[in-house]
Order: sequence, then structure tokens, then C-alpha cells
Amino acid sequence: MSENQNQNPEGEEMTTQAAASSSLASISSENLGKRAPGTKPLGAGLEARGVHAWFGKHHALANVSLDFSAGTVTALIGPSGCGKSTFIRTLNRMHEFIPSAAMAGEVLLDGKDVYAAGTDVTKIRLQIGMVFQKPNPFPSMTIGENVLSGIKLAQLKVENKDDLLEECLVRAGLWKEVKDRLGAHAGGLSGGQQQRLCIARSLAVKPKVLLMDEPCSALDPGSTLRIEDTINELSSSMTIIIVTHNMQQAARVSDYTAFFLSEGGPGQMIEVAPTSEIFSRPRDKRTENYVSGRFG
Amino acid sequence: MSETTFLDIKPRQPWKATPKDRAITFSVLLLALALAGAAVKLTGLSGKLGFALSFLVFSTVLQIFVSVRKFGRKALGDSIATSLIYTGATLTFLPVGSILFITIKNGVAGLRWNLFTTDMFNASFLDPIGNGGLLHALVGTVMLIVIAMIISVPMGIMTALYLTEIRGKGSTLIQFVVQAMSGVPSVVAGLFIFTSVILLTPLKASTTAGALALTVLMIPTVTRTAQEVLLLVPADLREAGLAMGATQWKTVATIVVPAARNGLITATILGVARIAGETAPLIFTIGGADKLNLNPFKDYQSAMPFYVWKGLTLGTPESIQRSWTAILILLILVLSLFIAARTLGGRRFK
Amino acid sequence: MSTTLEAGQIPAPRELTTKHRRSDTIFRGVVTGFGMTALLILTLIGLFLSFRGIQTLHTQGFGFLTRSNWDVVQGDSGATYNLGVGAMLFGTVLISIVALVIGVPLSVALALFLTFYAPARVKTFLVSVVDLMAAFPSVLFGLWGFFVLMPLATYWAKIIFKYLNWIPLFDAPQYFFERSPFIAGLVLAIMIIPIVTSVAREVFAQTPLDRIQAAYALGATKWGVIKTVVFPFGSSGLIGGAMLGLGRAFGETVAVYSVLNIVFKVNFHVLYGSGGNVASMIIQKWGESTADETTALLAAGFILFLLTLLVNLGANFIVRNTLKSGK
Repeated sequence: MSENQNQNPEGEEMTTQAAASSSLASISSENLGKRAPGTKPLGAGLEARGVHAWFGKHHALANVSLDFSAGTVTALIGPSGCGKSTFIRTLNRMHEFIPSAAMAGEVLLDGKDVYAAGTDVTKIRLQIGMVFQKPNPFPSMTIGENVLSGIKLAQLKVENKDDLLEECLVRAGLWKEVKDRLGAHAGGLSGGQQQRLCIARSLAVKPKVLLMDEPCSALDPGSTLRIEDTINELSSSMTIIIVTHNMQQAARVSDYTAFFLSEGGPGQMIEVAPTSEIFSRPRDKRTENYVSGRFG
Repeated sequence: MSETTFLDIKPRQPWKATPKDRAITFSVLLLALALAGAAVKLTGLSGKLGFALSFLVFSTVLQIFVSVRKFGRKALGDSIATSLIYTGATLTFLPVGSILFITIKNGVAGLRWNLFTTDMFNASFLDPIGNGGLLHALVGTVMLIVIAMIISVPMGIMTALYLTEIRGKGSTLIQFVVQAMSGVPSVVAGLFIFTSVILLTPLKASTTAGALALTVLMIPTVTRTAQEVLLLVPADLREAGLAMGATQWKTVATIVVPAARNGLITATILGVARIAGETAPLIFTIGGADKLNLNPFKDYQSAMPFYVWKGLTLGTPESIQRSWTAILILLILVLSLFIAARTLGGRRFK
Repeated sequence: MSTTLEAGQIPAPRELTTKHRRSDTIFRGVVTGFGMTALLILTLIGLFLSFRGIQTLHTQGFGFLTRSNWDVVQGDSGATYNLGVGAMLFGTVLISIVALVIGVPLSVALALFLTFYAPARVKTFLVSVVDLMAAFPSVLFGLWGFFVLMPLATYWAKIIFKYLNWIPLFDAPQYFFERSPFIAGLVLAIMIIPIVTSVAREVFAQTPLDRIQAAYALGATKWGVIKTVVFPFGSSGLIGGAMLGLGRAFGETVAVYSVLNIVFKVNFHVLYGSGGNVASMIIQKWGESTADETTALLAAGFILFLLTLLVNLGANFIVRNTLKSGK
């Protein structure tokens, strides 16, 4: 539990408005990394070193080095086509599904290169979960089956499935809405509920890192705020990397923000800093132009 | 702004098999080969097929063993499935290879020049292949194809135009009917022409009667391919034509059809390939001649598949040699049509 | 008519009518006319053959569908006929089921391989090979089936018989395994692979990419993705594809005739060299048939037509619905 949530034990009852503003207040460079005594981050650190990405001959991303320390939320912002999505897909090795894709550099999870020869890629993806732009629950499964689908897919052993199911749905902020219809098909949920279901599904396999690729871009503002609540809640126990087009969202949920930009050539990471600094006193002129809305 | 070019950075694809992985796969296959050889030697498994099957079994088991050792027990299901899928895919291509191999091997043995210059009027199927030929069958097949094309290409393309351009109330129904028609067994097409045309009209068993039966089979193929092609013509081309004040007829004739020309030719070729090898409908409709017959409306006719069929049913070594050689020639014909359709159709077709 | 609109009064929508120019009226008429030919032909097939069917039903009764004999007895007052296609119908269904049991799993494996496993270049080549297979003349399958496949299949049939003859299906009344329903089913299995594979490929390719990615992102293996996402999405399409294959198998003639021993007796022992097939029976009896027999053969053709029509319509309906739901 993070500090601001501790002050409000009925976190789920809190209005979304209040949650948003209180979390905004809590993110400043000073209280970064500060946690309630006795809680220690469960997540693992993720580090990208000189990552490049290609699609065939097209050099899409160049030389990105970023350090995501355990238990932080990092937002990746920048105009369309700047390589943010490509970058996070290199982190959990989803990049390689495009047949002509190639990459360079290293991605270190707990100090180990996820691209090292002989690595079991399915294990990597279990540790680095992902939530997509469009909610994509499995329509042939019930709500409960969806949450536990990762367990089944990876053939993990779980002692008490009901407990895990409840825990994941609670953490994703969906338990109260669906606890009476776990056997219903997931297609009947609203878009925002579906997206939280997808988050719950990712949580079930206990990832150390959660990647979110514009998770709110297909949702209405109310659902967006609920997801942001969820992110704040989760940030105490895992490392989160979120791609967003919405700068207010970056400001509301993240500890750090990295600005990506492509100036004709491959996309590059221009600047990374604590979120409040990026928005108040960016070092790079291009970042300032972007965050002040002058382009992009 | 620091402009860096990353020329010294080499793209890599670490998810691709490493030389080590390749070496392991290679040695697994080698080991399976050796084990299969031993199995054929030591047990009663017969010949090539026994060898192939035991090779598949051994390589599957070894491959599963390797991946489970590398990735643990959860890789078991995946590697079994992968092996089964590879095995299944291999098994489906064995017959194709076997058919091509045996047809070429047996067919070439009977190739003689006289086949293309004479008919069977002064020869018997039971004679050695040096006697007589299949000129009449070749000419018969060409005539059947030409007549069937004259009827079914306009009909097929018009039906496709109805489905893509007019899109009238009956479109859904016609779409269903065309699909149902493509499932009509060829033997039924032959029986239909027999009971309608041959029994009820002055036209008796002849080239035209055979071509009519083939038409029933060709129309749906031409229609479906033509429809696919016409749908690929962008809608804005049509709208551009109409917006200039052209009639729909002018737009279709001068814009849509020319834009789809190559595809429509492909549709025709695929239709021809569909009927060129048909035997069953001809049994009821062309009578089966041994003599060259250039009159499309009168007297019995022969055809390449019919010639093959006759040789096969007679069952002597000489007649079967005739079948193999004739089917080789027919196969070359179908293959060239197929390659022509591919080349013209380019990538737009499956 | 008032020119101003009174409050609350909503004008009736004007009907949009297009008056076509004469050339267009002719064009639309001609194309529509041609568009109807397919319907016309199919109706004519049904009419002409059903006419013969009714004739045969009149002389032979409904027993024509169930009896298993084809007897022509020459008597003093001309020939008497006692004809039935029961065994042939049973045999048609039996060998088609054998074909599906062998052909559909192979086709699904091949379609999975082409969609999810094969590298792009290999895929293009292999897809061409499968399409080429569809263009092989059926008489070629007959030749190859008789001279190449039958010796091999007979050998395997003997092995299956040796170890599994305690299962009634694999038993045989006599030690005779050539030209059996099993071998005919094998040839048909190979012949239906192209159509079933192409439908399966189309269905697999429609699987929504986001669900596939979701499964991969959860640490699924390729097989895990196929099992949890691809199969649930495509199952009904696969059933439709299998039915299209069934339709083909029902109607196949010369290839089956070459490798099947046609006997007018119901035989469910698949390995035993005695079987039936409506289409093959028709060409077997055709050459030497009398006028009454010919009518009965045409009636058999009508039954075959109805059977394939039903199966095909059902299959197309299912496949279309599946492909639509993917979009």
C-alpha cells in the first residue's frame, strides 16, 4: 500500500475524482521511492541498455537506455510514431512477432538479459506482464476463467484458485462489480470493466513488471480514472511502465516520465526525469515544446 | 542536437535459432535417421514407408526430449503438438511427391512421337504404345474446353457482375446458389445433361453435350474467382466514373472490367483447370470415340481423361502404359494452366 | 400546400428513385438475367433428376432407398426389376467418414503449420503445392491409388487387422483386404485435404490478433495460444470446412471406383474388400443398363445431388457465419 492509500482505508469507496487529485499531489520528486514502513517493493528492476529496433530495413527505435527501478511507475510519452510502443514490446519480447523484426542492445530483468541465448521466452513474459490498448479478454471464457487463464496457459500450480481469483479482481478494482457473476461471459462487461479484467488477468501470474500500452485510449473518462486508481494501487508492489498519449494521465500516475521523439529518423528517447520535473522544468527544448502542447 | 548515426550497431534477431540450436536439431535428425535405419534392419517393418514412419516417430520423440530438457515439463504439451503438426504437414505432402514422381516415371516411359500424330482408329488399346495415338483425345479435350469456355466465361463473369455491381435483391440467394453449384458432384452434372439434352433434344452424345456438362462445373469456379477480383477494384474508381456522369454500363465496361482484366483471365484459367481433368461427366455425354472428330455437334468424341480412364479400366499392361503417358500429358497441361494463373494473378490470389 | 413548416410537423421522407438511362436499364437487365442462370441451372438439375426419381419411386417404392440388391430377372413377360441403393448409400457415408477421420486432422495440422509455423517463403510455396493438389485430375488419384497406395494400404490393413480385429469395425469375414472402404477412404482423405486446409487456413487467419497477443503476453506457448484462442474462435468454421470436405467425398466418382470393390451388400468392416458408393455404382452399371435401370441410376444421381446439396449449403452457412464474426 502506498502512503496516500494508507490514509484512506476505504480506497475503493473513494470517489475517482478524489483519488485522481490525491495521487497527483503525492507524486513529487521528494516523496518518490518513499513507502510505508515495512512494505518493500515486490517488483524487480528492469533496465534497457542501448536498445534499438528495426522492422526490416526501417530503423524504428535507436539507442534507448532506461532504468526502471523496482516499484516505480514510469510513463512514456511522445507523439505518434516515436517508437514508444515498439520500445515496450521489446521489453517483454513481443517485438519479435513481426516477421522482419530485429533489435540490438540488452534488456536486463533483475540483471539478466532477457535476450540471452537459451532464455525461455514464455518465462520472461510471465514476469513481464502486458495490458493492451484495446481490452482483449478471451470471449469464449467466463470472467473467472479469464482471470485464471494465465495460470492454465503457463501450467502453474496454485493452492487456492478462489483466493487468487478474488485477490486479482480486488487489486484490479473489479471485484465488487463482478463477484456475483464470475461464471458469466466476459463479453457482457463494459469496455472499462473489460480492461480491468485484463489487468486482473495479468496480475494472476504474479508478474514483477507490468507494461501498459495506452491502456485507456479506448475508454471513456470515467473508466480511465478507475484504471488510474488501479495503477496507483498496484505501483506499491510492482514496476509499471505505461505508454500514454495523455499528458495529464502521465502526470497523475507516474513517478518518472520519459519523452520519446522521432525527428525523421528512428525514434529516440530525448529526456527522462521525475514526472514533476518533466512537466515543470524540462531540460530539453523539444520536451518543453511537446509538454506545452506546441507540437505533437 | 547530437545527430548520431548508428552504423556500428548491427541489428540482430536473438529469437532465431542459434548455431548451437541448429546443431542440436541436426544431430537429432541424424540420430533419428540412424535409429530408423536400425529399426527397419532389426524388426519386420517394411521398406521405404516403414523407414519414413519410424523416422518420424524417432525424430518426434527425440525432439520432445530435447525441448523438455531445455525448458522443463511445461514444454511437453507444446513440443508434442509442434511435432504432431510438423508430422501432419509432412504426411500431407508425401502423396503429392509420390504422385508427381510416379506419373513422371511411368509416363515418360511411354512417350512416343506417334501419340501426337495419330488416333486409335487403326489401333487397339491392347497394342503396344507404338501403335496408334491420342491425337483424337487431345483435340477432343481442346474442343471441349473451348466450347465450355465460350458458354461459361460470359455467364460466370456476368453472374459475378450481378453480385458485385447490381447487388440486387436476389444477391444473397444467388451467392448461395453459386456456392451450392460448386458442390454439385461431377457425376450429377453428367447425368443432368444426359437426361435433359441427350434424351430430349436432337443433340446426341457429342462434344457439345460433354462441354455442356463441363459448363455446369465451370460456371461456379469462374463466378467465384471473378467476384473476388471485381471486389478488389476500388469503389472510388466506380464512383469517379459515375460522378463524371457516365452511365453504370459505361463505368463497368470502361473502368471496372479493364481494371480487373488480369484477374478475370485468371478466373477463366482456373475454371479451365477445374474441368480439364474431369472424367465422370464425360462418361455419360461424349460417347467415347477412337477416331479424330472435328465436328462439335455430331458423333462421339474422346478426351484425355476419358482416354486415361479407358486404359485404366481395360487393365492390361499396354493399356495402363497408355493411361500413365496420357495422364502425364494432361498433368503438364493442367500445371501450365495453373502456373499461368499464378503468374497473371500475382499475389492477389491465395 | 403551405410553404412553411408548422411546428411539430415532420415532412414525410422523399423516396429516392433512380431513373436509369436506357443503356443502363438494358445493362442491368442483361446482367440480372445472367445472374439468374446459376439458379436456373440448379433448378433444372433438380427438376430433371427428380422426375426420374419419382418414376423410380413409382416402380420400386421406398424400398429403393433401403434395399441392398440390384436384381434384373429375365422372365417370360420381359424383365422384372428389384433395385435398391441402400448398401450404396451406406457405403458412401462409410468411406466418407473414413476420409474425414483421416483427412481432417491432417488438414488441420497442415493449416496450423502454414498459418503459425512455416516461414513466409516456405509458406507461399507450400500453399501453391496444396492448391495444385486440388487441380489434380481425379482419374490421376484413381491411377495412383490403385497402383501405389493400394499395395501399401493393404499391407497396413493387414497389420491393423492382426492386432485390432477384436474391434468389430476392424474385423473381416474373410482374409481379403484389397479394394476396401478403408483404401477408398484413404484416397478420398487425400483428395479432400486441399479444400479442408484452405477453409481452415482462412478461419485461422481471421483469429483476432489482439487475443493471440494477449495469450502470448501471459506467457503462453504457441500450442497454448492455439488451444485457448485459435481453436475456440475457429471451431465452427472447422466444422464447416469438414462438411465441405464431406460434400466432396460424397460425390467423388472415378477415383473411388478405381480402388473400391463394389458389392451390393451392407458391409461395415472397413478393412474388408467390399464396399458401396452411389457415384461409382452409377458408372459401373451405366454401360450395360437397360432403359429401366438407367432411370433408376438417374434416380440414384438425384439422391446424390440432394445429399451433397444439403451438406454443402449447411457447410457454407457455417463457414460464412464464422468468417463474418471475425470481422
